[in-house]
Amino acid sequence: MRAEDLLCLDRCGLYCPPGGFHLDPVRPAPRAVITHGHSDHARAGHGAVLATPETLSIMALRYGADFAGARQPAEYGETVRIGEVDVTLVPAGHVLGSAQVLIEWRGYRLVVSGDYKRQADPTCAPFEPVRCDAFVTEATFALPVFRHPSARGEVEKLLASRDLFPERAHLVGAYSLGKAQRMIRLLREAGCDEPILIHGALDKLCRFYERQGVGLGPLEPVAGRAKGDLKGRIVVCPPSATADLWARRFPDPVTAFASGWMRVRARARQRGAELPLVVSDHADWDDLCETILDTEAEEIWVTHGQEDALVHWCGSNGIAARPLNMIGYGDEGEPEEAAPAAAAVDRTEPGPS
Amino acid sequence: MNRFAELLDRLAFEPGRNNKIALVEDYLRSEKDPDRGWALAALTGGLDLPNAKPGLIRALAAERTDPVLFALSYDYVGDLSETVALMWPAPAVRPNQPPPGLAEVVETLRSAGRSEIPGLLARWLDLLDESGRFALLKLITGALRIGVSARLAKTALARIGGREADEVEEVWHGLEPPYASLFAWLEGRAGRPEAADAAPFRTPMLAHPLEDRDTEVQDPADFLAEWKWDGIRVQAAAGTMSDGRHVRRLFSRSGDDISAAFPDVVERLAFEGAIDGELLIVIDGRVQPFSTLQQRLNRKTVTLKLLAGMPAAIRAYDLLAEGGEDLRPLPFLARRARLEAFVARLGEPRIDLSPMVPFGSWQDLAAARADPASHGAGDDAEAVEGLMIKRAAAPYLPGRVRGEWFKWKRDPFEVDAVLMYAQRGHGKRSSFYSDYTFGVWRDGEGGRELVPVGKAYFGFTDEELKEIDRFVRNHTVNRFGPVREVVHSENEGLVMQVAFEGLNRSTRHKSGIAMRFPRIARLRWDKRPADADRIDSLMALLPAEG
Repeated sequence: MRAEDLLCLDRCGLYCPPGGFHLDPVRPAPRAVITHGHSDHARAGHGAVLATPETLSIMALRYGADFAGARQPAEYGETVRIGEVDVTLVPAGHVLGSAQVLIEWRGYRLVVSGDYKRQADPTCAPFEPVRCDAFVTEATFALPVFRHPSARGEVEKLLASRDLFPERAHLVGAYSLGKAQRMIRLLREAGCDEPILIHGALDKLCRFYERQGVGLGPLEPVAGRAKGDLKGRIVVCPPSATADLWARRFPDPVTAFASGWMRVRARARQRGAELPLVVSDHADWDDLCETILDTEAEEIWVTHGQEDALVHWCGSNGIAARPLNMIGYGDEGEPEEAAPAAAAVDRTEPGPS
Repeated sequence: MNRFAELLDRLAFEPGRNNKIALVEDYLRSEKDPDRGWALAALTGGLDLPNAKPGLIRALAAERTDPVLFALSYDYVGDLSETVALMWPAPAVRPNQPPPGLAEVVETLRSAGRSEIPGLLARWLDLLDESGRFALLKLITGALRIGVSARLAKTALARIGGREADEVEEVWHGLEPPYASLFAWLEGRAGRPEAADAAPFRTPMLAHPLEDRDTEVQDPADFLAEWKWDGIRVQAAAGTMSDGRHVRRLFSRSGDDISAAFPDVVERLAFEGAIDGELLIVIDGRVQPFSTLQQRLNRKTVTLKLLAGMPAAIRAYDLLAEGGEDLRPLPFLARRARLEAFVARLGEPRIDLSPMVPFGSWQDLAAARADPASHGAGDDAEAVEGLMIKRAAAPYLPGRVRGEWFKWKRDPFEVDAVLMYAQRGHGKRSSFYSDYTFGVWRDGEGGRELVPVGKAYFGFTDEELKEIDRFVRNHTVNRFGPVREVVHSENEGLVMQVAFEGLNRSTRHKSGIAMRFPRIARLRWDKRPADADRIDSLMALLPAEG
């Protein structure tokens, strides 16, 4: 038995022949297992979709109730037979509802990680490493220059800047699913209990998180406020909104971005960040390597991101690894290129980071 | 070190001057001595550390990292110090020590032997976090590049004592880092430090642009005029220290000590006093274009070839001190008389007087401005940037004082160009496309085409900015990160009337020319791009080659 018997690549992305389903297909597919709700992974128009109840709800929120022909919820840890294989969803720690996919067939265990992180996140279930024969891992931040600092420390930087510049608004660009709620929650844990202003595009998802039991404290809309009332406020918005006409209402804003890319100064500068906050929902280099060891897998497939470095690391640690060179995921490009299939919905946002 | 590193990180990303000042002020207020003093030295360019070559940093990285992973990472990050700072692996056993403070790093490095430096660096890199490592590597490779001038740092410093930057300037050059006496004075714990320096920098007096209104209300008889030369404004200060040593310094307008780049001028400052003047390149008695001088600017050292080929000189405007006497309270007319005598006595061919321009009425002056060559500037007329008009009775006051000095620049050149690319601005302009690349027509292989000739990001009103921004958003044909390409065909596009001060040849630009001080003079919504200027009209303005 080899990983190739269980998983291959076709024009829609990863396909499991004995199960007859795709994983996070980038084009409409008859049957799909979706790891999480970000628009580059969860697209509308599939025949049947299996995902966690949270992910299904997020897809319905973003695309409307008829986003797929049929929906099948699977709780974490619940095993579902699809075709000849058993599928189990396991927490990935990426965003609310995010899952790794364990596929078992004739005693062989293969795990597709989806996007994941190991850092603590008060807004979702923590990642659980799964022992397996083959591990298909993401590689968004797979270079040893990416080592995410403590997210709490980054939030403290934001609060310190607000204290230093009380007359300026602090605009925090954060991806609307996951990152925005995590930032708000981290601010609350750091003792910030004032109302946080949010961009209209975050409203639905923040309410959804609240309904799922993730308390976000008082949130208020930006719209309709006088300029004077925006001084000294912390405002959370989708990253692209910081460069939009929308941002003009703020008095001499400090533009902060919360993203793993902020670690590299040139990237932060390109994005126009004045206060880069290194807060990521992806595993950093150390955690990617650690996770590969934790799975005890003999074979590693590397999907989207910086495949070369991770494949090289596996090789020098005696682990067989190959890059899949998949396209259509991640946020290498500007928003327009990042998520073509979901362009109608998430046109204003780059991919998650 | 980590606090200093945080400050550097914030400064590097903060575009606004006032915000930068606030960041530096906050740091200087809250950091302790002597760390903040060394930080101040680093920010003002006065920190003298043994330099580490990039090769040393590479060698350190090679000992700790996988070469393939290092190459991939360097390729991605694009900056050696940053790559090493980011990927430096934590030691297997974390040393049980606090990270080093800035003072510890600076003081240790200053007394360390060359061979000790790699070991010291490795130990500190183990103890510091990412920002700290980055700051350490940038300090030791001598490249902070955070967009903070010495003047800005001194402005922030002065604020901690509720004082003006000029008061700091007066005592600055007599003091050494880590400036304990300076902080003590500013915080009210001690008296003003003695300005023991014999060649301090004195904040220069600056002019306002002459407006039509000024010529209506001011009496020409109260004023004197002289040429405004197209070089860089400098202050040449020299004097004898208490130990008998004669010190000579050349300062830029902002107070940066540029002596090292101009040893040919500094060696000629054999006097006791301070001259305010213009630094120029003069060959065979002729003042050379600004582009020649530019090749000697921003250098830490200078080659013999440059010294021989582009000799510098000072054209004196004013005398601020002579012997131990401060001349600044005297009226300009009296200082001018002292200056003339001073320069004559000096008898130094590379320090000459900027001649006065006689006039009886504002009309006379306008005629001189329009034609400097036949009003006394002669062969040097091309190096005249305009006129300086100074009140005869005005004392020398620091900064831009209203109603005393006026500058009346020559009319700028103008060209009608077509907007080609627009980039988003920073700070208050971060949501506006406010940086514009514009081009003019030339004959290409496939017919007439636009070639970019310059970039401008000011000159327009807030209202015009909104109009251009709207145009850019509605006429984007391509995007490259923060840059948008806008439509620019014969019939569709935005024509901008661009004003500029002059042209130089440039091998860096596709068009072969570089504009000086370009800005948007007017938006020509009434013109079609096809009616914009051709490159030939710009080529005609270039100084002759050679």
